Amino acid sequence: MTTSTASRAARSAGFNVTGAALAVLFLFPLVWSGWSSVKGQPGSAQSSGFGFGNYRYLASYGEGVVTYLVNSTAVTAMTVAGTLLVSALGGYGFARFSFPGKNLLFLATLAILMVPYATILIPLYVLLDRLGLQNSLVGLSLVFIMFQLPFALFMMRNSFEAVPRELEEAALVDGCSTFTALRRVLLRAVRPGLVTVALFAFLASWNDFFAPLILISDASKFTMPVAVYSMQQRSFGAIDYGALEAGVVVMALPCLLAFLLLQRHYVRGFMTGALRG
Amino acid sequence: MSAISTRPREQAAPRRPAPRIRPPWWRSRGLKGIGYTLPTALVVIVLFLVPLALVFWMSLNRWPLLGSPTLNAPDNYTRIQDNPLFVDSILFTLKYTVLVTIMLLVIAFGLALLVQERRPGVGFFRTTYLLPSGVGFAAAALLFYGLYSNEIGPLDGILRGIGLIDEPIAWTGTPNTALFSTIALVIWRFAGFQMLILLTGLQSIPLELYEAARVDGASRWQAFRRITVPLMRPTLALLLVLSITGSLLAFDQFFILTQGQPDNSTITMVMVIYREAFFRFNLGSAAALSVVVLIVLVALNVLQLRILRHDRTESEPS
Repeated sequence: MTTSTASRAARSAGFNVTGAALAVLFLFPLVWSGWSSVKGQPGSAQSSGFGFGNYRYLASYGEGVVTYLVNSTAVTAMTVAGTLLVSALGGYGFARFSFPGKNLLFLATLAILMVPYATILIPLYVLLDRLGLQNSLVGLSLVFIMFQLPFALFMMRNSFEAVPRELEEAALVDGCSTFTALRRVLLRAVRPGLVTVALFAFLASWNDFFAPLILISDASKFTMPVAVYSMQQRSFGAIDYGALEAGVVVMALPCLLAFLLLQRHYVRGFMTGALRG
Repeated sequence: MSAISTRPREQAAPRRPAPRIRPPWWRSRGLKGIGYTLPTALVVIVLFLVPLALVFWMSLNRWPLLGSPTLNAPDNYTRIQDNPLFVDSILFTLKYTVLVTIMLLVIAFGLALLVQERRPGVGFFRTTYLLPSGVGFAAAALLFYGLYSNEIGPLDGILRGIGLIDEPIAWTGTPNTALFSTIALVIWRFAGFQMLILLTGLQSIPLELYEAARVDGASRWQAFRRITVPLMRPTLALLLVLSITGSLLAFDQFFILTQGQPDNSTITMVMVIYREAFFRFNLGSAAALSVVVLIVLVALNVLQLRILRHDRTESEPS
């Protein structure tokens, strides 16, 4: 009896020590980047003491951090809105209607997951140019919507399928069109799915680096990741690390906040994804 | 919930018109379905299927960044073997993929086992391990770029402080340290995400199995080997597919953190494609490389899915 409680106490202590040590390892880089963005460092805008010199430098870097933040926000807003619109309509269509080519279209959408990013971005660079969308934040958002579509459509189709048919039939019998039923009744029922889709679209479009690197060449249209990357590239041998970490903080903070607030939806999104296989 | 779903039906039944009139064709359900999925179809066709066809066509042409393309098939493909950078990048990408996939999976599995049981503090630990997944990958790479720098990075100071090293370490200075420093970044960024998927798998194993094993006198290690690992095979397979695919297409981490250095020792396949297109301005050749990567990846995915499905049918009857 005493040995088993003793071993349980030892195991509990072992758990806490291991867990806490790992927590320190995982939190350390985040805490360090915040710390080093305000700590003075010779050769950076904040050369000594503590303060927001690095952030002031960032504010006036290149086209000004505000420009990049506005670009990132615009792309993210368009991507989230577009993904929600396309996947809500499409998810409803796939869950409730049968039509010729349904399975083919669904498979073609899922096939987006199979194709490497680079393979599709090289021709998209040429194609968007022909469509007059080269160097355009709208073009970039369209590309992000396409990349989000497999997950978003899958998520929304499952959400609509989980809604009892009676809910919608009542509205239809009352004389609503299917679209009114969708807008008035069903969208409320699938709200958790919409939040998950929006969260994933937000995280992906705010953070993506490769697509804007290829599709955007005009510095005044850079999104945050490319702008901070250009800061790392600009001056050979004399990189302002303090300002770099300030840029990282500005990029990461909105995501970490959204992540902490909506963690439940993030976890559920992965569970849906994990059940896919 | 049941109150909502049953009541309308009782109300609705009497109101329905007795003879069913066939709706006119423009009101048919099939057409409505097409209407609702039209935006999806447009996005998939214009932004995915057309570019996919275009990349094959581009790979058959000399396609400069500026100027008009001319047909030159199959030069873009035959010249691949003369591109030593690409050949080297295949070997490096494979090496990275094997190392990172194994290390990531082992560490994530450890984390999942650690935070599997509900007890005080578990929620906090789970959230901390998952938190890096909320940081963008490019942002994480830039963060670690500072972390590993000898100018501002804290690692040398800490390690010297606890007496582990005497001299500063060139974290990204030699081919090996550059590779493992990058792997550390990837583990930091993705271990929590893999832990989450493993947790959902672990939670679907019935607890009775473990109790029965304990009654039969099985040790913890035996229970892990005979119950946990076999029942987790579908989850592990899914993570393998995700990790292998993601690692073969690695770009951000090396492009930002090591920039292919030192001595071009950390260049991945996608980095060569990027360089071919936007430094050597040869989109045709980049397209040919992309097609090769695409074919390899699709073949690999089909193979992995087939193995996964085979495993499932084998393990299901028990």
